[in-house]
Amino acid sequence: MLKLLKRLWVIMKSPSTASFGFILVIGFLGGIIFWGGFNTGMEATNTEAFCSGCHAPIVKEIRETIHYSNRSGVRAICSDCHVPHKWTDKIVRKVQASKELFAFAIGTIDTDEKFKARRAHLANREWQRMKENNSQECRNCHQFEYMDFSEQGKRSVSQHSTALASGDKTCVDCHKGIAHQLPDMKGIEGWQ
Amino acid sequence: MKKILTAIFTASVIAFSSPAVFSTEEVVLTNNGGVPSLRSLVEVSDVNKAEALKKVPREQHLIDRNYVQQPPLIPHSIRGYQVNLNANKCLSCHSFKNAGAMGATKVSVTHFITREGTTLSDVSPRRYFCLQCHVTQADAKPLVDNTFIPVDSLR
Ligand code: HEC
Ligand code: HEC
Ligand code: HEC
Ligand code: HEC
Repeated sequence: MLKLLKRLWVIMKSPSTASFGFILVIGFLGGIIFWGGFNTGMEATNTEAFCSGCHAPIVKEIRETIHYSNRSGVRAICSDCHVPHKWTDKIVRKVQASKELFAFAIGTIDTDEKFKARRAHLANREWQRMKENNSQECRNCHQFEYMDFSEQGKRSVSQHSTALASGDKTCVDCHKGIAHQLPDMKGIEGWQ
Repeated sequence: MKKILTAIFTASVIAFSSPAVFSTEEVVLTNNGGVPSLRSLVEVSDVNKAEALKKVPREQHLIDRNYVQQPPLIPHSIRGYQVNLNANKCLSCHSFKNAGAMGATKVSVTHFITREGTTLSDVSPRRYFCLQCHVTQADAKPLVDNTFIPVDSLR
């Protein structure tokens, strides 16, 4: 076994008789396959089916919300709101999500009761994250610059043209619970 | 003679067969007595075609009250608004604290009074579930004519 490895190493070390171009092509193809596999992995972990494995109660609730069923048939799925688009941010979030694997292993939300008890904490973390990135995920689809105030309701316009336009507040400050049942809102700004 | 016989025969066939037709129709109509109800001329045992759901407008003018003590009607859509043990979306605009900033009507102070008559510092539990009394209005034609006239003070 060791002998075989040694021989393999010698072959690898000595300059190859293969043309430089051939090696480049092999390297290039290898790169594509690796990148493709990596991205496919990233995509596969973005599907709703993947999230529902651990977040079944949430997937059930979302059915009655505007981002699941609406007149235009456009949907926002879990990853649209929870996984950043920018490549660097995405990697960071995915690595952070590895922490969820640990939480999963020790079972922080694996029963309804545990989830209920921990929900406020998780929601707060998500609000905090969206506040810090100025609700970037919402803005990937809803861009303020293209909002037509003449088409919006009076109540929408009076808030969007003031607090939102000035940057005082961001989407999740006012649109909490847009996709989920809310946790206990006592003490949250703007609620009872 | 032949002609007369044929005529009598035909007439009797019609006379005997048509009551049969009428009587089955009468059976069909006995359950509702032939009187159209709000669900129209449909047998009790039959399911009639469902009406299309009425849409609640995103926004409408404030709706006048018809009688004293009538809970005011909600003049906007409330799709997706959560009112439960955890959260009350209505109060996030209509509470004393938030009404000013949101440009909404304040909840009435009568809503702070418990059933024993004590006034609390915030909405009393018996008034917490807003939608028990306040409802949205769809843009729908009244099913029957209504001759109700509000008292003078509300007109
Ligand atoms: C292996 C199981 C598992 C999968 C799959 C999973 N999650 Fe989670 N997720 C968890 C656990 C466990 C927590 C709770 C973490 C804790 O208790 O700190 C969590 C928490 C969250 C939170 C709360 C925010 C935070 O900062 O903790 C969000 C948002 C979330 N998950 C979104 C998603 C989305 C979107 C997907 C699909 C792309 C997904 N999760 C897939 C297990 C999972
Ligand atoms: C329209 C955007 C949007 C979509 C789509 C969405 N979420 Fe969320 N999610 C949020 C926001 C905003 C919060 C912060 C809490 C809140 O406002 O309800 C949140 C909070 C969470 C939390 C923290 C616990 C909680 O309930 O607050 C989890 C877990 C979560 N989302 C998972 C998911 C999963 C799984 C899906 C897909 C079925 C999904 N989300 C789809 C916007 C979204
Ligand atoms: C994948 C794109 C997408 C993302 C991401 C997204 N939305 Fe939406 N949202 C939509 C679409 C499309 C509609 C309109 C559906 C319709 O009315 O036909 C909508 C509708 C809405 C509405 C109108 C609700 C109503 O009752 O009319 C609100 C409010 C809203 N989104 C807020 C948010 C917030 C807050 C976020 C971020 C947490 C967000 N959206 C993220 C696509 C998205
Ligand atoms: C200062 C509070 C506030 C902020 C910040 C805010 N909104 Fe709104 N928005 C409202 C109110 C109030 C309404 C109307 C009432 C409702 O639909 O609940 C509304 C309505 C909407 C609607 C429906 C519009 C209509 O009339 O058809 C959409 C879509 C929406 N918001 C998206 C967003 C997005 C995306 C952001 C962030 C870029 C955002 N909002 C930020 C308060 C806010």
